[in-house]
Amino acid sequence: MIDTAFHHSWLFVLVWGLIATAIMSTVTEGAQMLGISRMSLPFLFGTMFASSRHRAQVIGYILYSLGGLVFGLVYVGVFYTLDYSSWWFGALMGFLHGLFLITVMLPTLPYVHPRMATDYDGPTSRRRVEPPGPFGLHYGRLTPTITVLAQALFGLVLGIAYAH
Amino acid sequence: MLPCGTNAKCALAAVRNPVKFAAVSDETRQTESDFPPIRDYALIGDCRTAAVVAKSGAVEWLCLPNIDSPSIFASMLDRTRGGHFTVRMAGGEMVSRRYLEGTNVLETTFAGPDGRMTVTDFMAIAAEGGRRLDPERELVRIVDAVEGMPEAEIVCAPRPDYGREKIRIHSRARNGWAISNSGTHHFVHSDVQLELRGMDCLAGRVRLKAGERRRVIFTCATRDPAIMASAFDGDRKLDETTAWWREWLSQCRYTGRYVAQIQRSVLALKLLDFVPSGAIVAAATTSLPESIGGGRNWDYRFCWLRDASFMLRAFADTGFQREGLAFFDWLMHTTQRTQPHFLTLYDVFGRTDVSEITLDHFTGYRHSAPVRIGNAAKDQLQLDVYGEVINAAVDSIRRGNWLTPSECRLLGKVGGVVCDEWRKPDDGIWEQRGMRRHNTYSKVMCWAALHDLVELADKGVIKVDRDRFVRERDAIRAEIMERAYNAEIGAFVGAYDETFVDATALLMPRTGIIEADDPRMVSTWKRIRERLDHKGWILRYEHGTDGMEGNEGAFGICSFWAVDYLARAGELDEARARLEKLIAEANDVGLYAEEVDTETGEFLGNFPQAFTHTGFINAALALERVEEGRKPDVRRRSGKGLEHGADEEGQAELEPETET
Repeated sequence: MIDTAFHHSWLFVLVWGLIATAIMSTVTEGAQMLGISRMSLPFLFGTMFASSRHRAQVIGYILYSLGGLVFGLVYVGVFYTLDYSSWWFGALMGFLHGLFLITVMLPTLPYVHPRMATDYDGPTSRRRVEPPGPFGLHYGRLTPTITVLAQALFGLVLGIAYAH
Repeated sequence: MLPCGTNAKCALAAVRNPVKFAAVSDETRQTESDFPPIRDYALIGDCRTAAVVAKSGAVEWLCLPNIDSPSIFASMLDRTRGGHFTVRMAGGEMVSRRYLEGTNVLETTFAGPDGRMTVTDFMAIAAEGGRRLDPERELVRIVDAVEGMPEAEIVCAPRPDYGREKIRIHSRARNGWAISNSGTHHFVHSDVQLELRGMDCLAGRVRLKAGERRRVIFTCATRDPAIMASAFDGDRKLDETTAWWREWLSQCRYTGRYVAQIQRSVLALKLLDFVPSGAIVAAATTSLPESIGGGRNWDYRFCWLRDASFMLRAFADTGFQREGLAFFDWLMHTTQRTQPHFLTLYDVFGRTDVSEITLDHFTGYRHSAPVRIGNAAKDQLQLDVYGEVINAAVDSIRRGNWLTPSECRLLGKVGGVVCDEWRKPDDGIWEQRGMRRHNTYSKVMCWAALHDLVELADKGVIKVDRDRFVRERDAIRAEIMERAYNAEIGAFVGAYDETFVDATALLMPRTGIIEADDPRMVSTWKRIRERLDHKGWILRYEHGTDGMEGNEGAFGICSFWAVDYLARAGELDEARARLEKLIAEANDVGLYAEEVDTETGEFLGNFPQAFTHTGFINAALALERVEEGRKPDVRRRSGKGLEHGADEEGQAELEPETET
């Protein structure tokens, strides 16, 4: 049950949103460094707004962190709406969120991302970023697993935070 | 043998679809008997990695993403398992090859009954670098039909991780082909229709009319989603890369007799420059043999500290101060973990974990096994390294660099190590394994280290135990003169109490320990010429000295040391004659390997070799200086500049050298 005043504060939501985002980033970045997956949401976000690799990385991480906070609010909103939260419920939400990401969001990305090539048009001078393909498999065979796992961890952390 | 130079899957595909498979001509097959001579190779690169291209049009060596990463193409070391990327003219022969003027862009011309075409190979470089969305690395190959209707033929058979990893090639429709494996991902983009042969080879043919152009681009991505190359961008990349190299080369100050050769050598050295760190590797390859069929096969994709002073001098004397000082800065930074002791070599990022293993699944170049990656020489004791590093430090100060207080203290500590260790036998400059000796050159460089440090101390640049340094310095020299000079044979020998001569004796005048025209040096040169000289090429030491089976070739750098020595000794005619002969022996695009077979003239050892090219530059410049009545080295400045070094802030600084 969520019953203390601090649990109701915005600060609490922001702090745990940041913690959950950091843990999710650690998993995805770690997977990149280990060569397991090339999936990088910060890079994909950043290249929507910048044609410079350097600027795209910086902008991407800022947007990614802000996105983590926003989704943290959404998760907390669900907890409040249902008046229930636990580690497994948070993880389940993250798992479903991850599935949505790889089945709907990623395959749709080439059609909304201004610099992402599609399998039909090929790369032009503007559309050069590699499309993720179904389930993000273009970025590595374990990309769906890593992505869903990272999202599940995100939800799990928030679930733990609001289970007290 | 199969067109892809490959495996059972290709064989199966060939049986199932013999007509389609036969579309790729026999000429693209790589068989174990057709290793090209090392002389036939050329190098292209982007200052992060480099590709070795044969006259046949095959890229036979490429490591991605960095020059010391595992290979993706390595048919240079194994014709069937190594992998290659061939672009050539079907039914045609290579008729000429050149680098575009002032660049590292290679143009190979093929001709045959159907006409004439060129293949232009380069690794893309953009001045904007990471400020643009470009692939991490781009090997671009552009085909131009010049005359008639030549048919271009492309075969891409990637074999990641030194051929140890299985791959699958997937079509990405209009986004080309993706090569999936567990590490770095690779992509092929082309405006030529390519087909999959088996699961691991791409091939295609296209007949062109005169004036038509086609492109094929090989890229990689390590961490992030890839940036896809567009085949049509190849033209723009060619213009940008050509402009970048010409802009870089415009810094060259050398305007002497050998301007074309010197420029080619600095361009080759720049290809071995790993710009993310400033390190310069000794060569772009591993395990090209020092003797065919022998075991002297080493991985040279590392940075030897010994090269520092040679490299610094070669770059700085030709106007490329930035490259020379960047290498010195890398050296000072990267050795921090082991200072004041130095290892012999480090990787491009300064890491010391370069353990040596053998790739037993590779046959080796012309069956010269084993193929090694990593280098066990890092654990050797090579005392000459201290002298070379100190020499580089002093040289960099003379050229206007400054040292931080901690670097000044480090020099003093290094001097202490030299004082402690110079009496030990070591593995020596030639890294002979399992036979430590009192190598003369190691002692000479220990003397040189202390000599330079005492000079710096006298000028107030560093604070050291001067009396100890002077005492040890003089003791080293006395011992060298007593034990390294063999009066019976009239020569400085390679190691104390031995009788073999070693080409490193030619460097003694360069350090200042003895004059070049000293009778002992003159007689040493005579002995070296008798024992080590083969038609102008100089062996590093007499056969049998290293205890390994088989004879090796003559060393390129030793041959240039002879020119340098003769210039210092005033034997200018002989020096000039030797230099011009050596220049004529470079390959068709002006590159040298580590060694040369004295009987056949074939290149041996890793290619191209930085040490040989620095030797050429330093020798040519020294000779021209002497011919112009100047001293062979950058002139030592008077104490004026040194005296305001090591000030209250502790920065050691000298005025930049100016010609007089």
